[in-house]
Amino acid sequence: MSKRISDEEYQKTLSFRFRQWLDGTRDPYLGNVEMKKQETFRESAQEKTEREKERRRLKEKVYDLENNLEVRIFNRFYKVFSVLFCIFLVAMLLVAVSDLPLHGKADNPVNNEVAERYIEKGMQETGAVNIVTGMILDYRAFDTLGESHVLFVATCTVLILLRSDRKGDKEEEENNDRIHEPKNDIILQTVAKILVPPIFIFGIYIILAGHLGPGGGFSGGAVIGAGLILYLNAFGFAKTEKFFTAKTYRRMSFCALACYSIAKSYSFYTGANHIESVIPLGTPGAILSSGLILILNICVGIVVAGTMYTFYVMFRKGNY
Amino acid sequence: MTIFKCILLGFLIVCAIAASLSKKLLNTILIFMSYSLVMSIIWIILESPDLAITEAAVGAGVTTVLFLVTLKKINAIIKKEEEKEEKEKKEEREERGEAANE
Repeated sequence: MSKRISDEEYQKTLSFRFRQWLDGTRDPYLGNVEMKKQETFRESAQEKTEREKERRRLKEKVYDLENNLEVRIFNRFYKVFSVLFCIFLVAMLLVAVSDLPLHGKADNPVNNEVAERYIEKGMQETGAVNIVTGMILDYRAFDTLGESHVLFVATCTVLILLRSDRKGDKEEEENNDRIHEPKNDIILQTVAKILVPPIFIFGIYIILAGHLGPGGGFSGGAVIGAGLILYLNAFGFAKTEKFFTAKTYRRMSFCALACYSIAKSYSFYTGANHIESVIPLGTPGAILSSGLILILNICVGIVVAGTMYTFYVMFRKGNY
Repeated sequence: MTIFKCILLGFLIVCAIAASLSKKLLNTILIFMSYSLVMSIIWIILESPDLAITEAAVGAGVTTVLFLVTLKKINAIIKKEEEKEEKEKKEEREERGEAANE
């Protein structure tokens, strides 16, 4: 997520001093400490010939595939043993599966008091009509928080690996159609003009109605991200960079993750200490109901949409 | 309905095997995309529309696009005309090399 800066600027930063302290070139009490450089590796001609001779001997003894008995035995039985091992593994797994309880039986260990409570009291306690959203964003909201952070970390990794700060010839980049393709494709642009607004509206609908029907933050965010990718493909980077750059992404995901963390810490704190929460649950079925779930859905949706779009841009261009 | 389910599940298995066996990477990705689409229909039949939406958006949409971009970047997608041109170029080079050797 960081840009490359010049050496002079880098020497002023805190991280450079920390690095110096870590390397031992600068001590906080003694000042600058001179370090000896590592000596380059040298060897005499005699040592070299000896080493080569040893290596040749090793090659003759061990890697002589035709005369080495052990290697020949190994080669002969390798395929047989690999097939045997596969069959053994498959048989073991099948035996384990056959030991599992039958699907849908009443006295299965899955049908315990946890699932019962979720199904019976889920709507009362979370206020969400969609029981799945009630589970993942209320009972198991901590898991979803980790999930959205995983997405953020994945984007950071992609940025580290694929981001390029190279400022080459602009003309060359324009001519390299692998970077800016396809140029003003009329069919694609017309289709995108018609399709992109409904896709965005559908994505927003999925996010906002996550507690009322099927959907939620993750799927809605993925739909919006796909719409952004379509828009980018049709109209090029110049248009999308007007409203979506790395800065926008950074701010958006920071705000969304911070909002999620703060909201959920509040509800965990009040819930764990039996303090009454201020947030009303509302009537189930209304759009402004089910407490924090709507806000959390929006946060997750923002993070996912930004992540999808950033992945695509990093794969295509490496900078934005 | 059961026949429909069986057809879908059979298609799923065929897709999975074909994706691993096909030699061209582009074909593998397209088969993988159809696998995701059929999977999303199966999720709807299994009464989990939440998963169906996510599978259709992520599995069939974004992942496929990312795969295609990667293939384009590593020059794995070559048009037929380009292939012909490359072959001609290679032949020319070989001829030249032979001429130089002589």
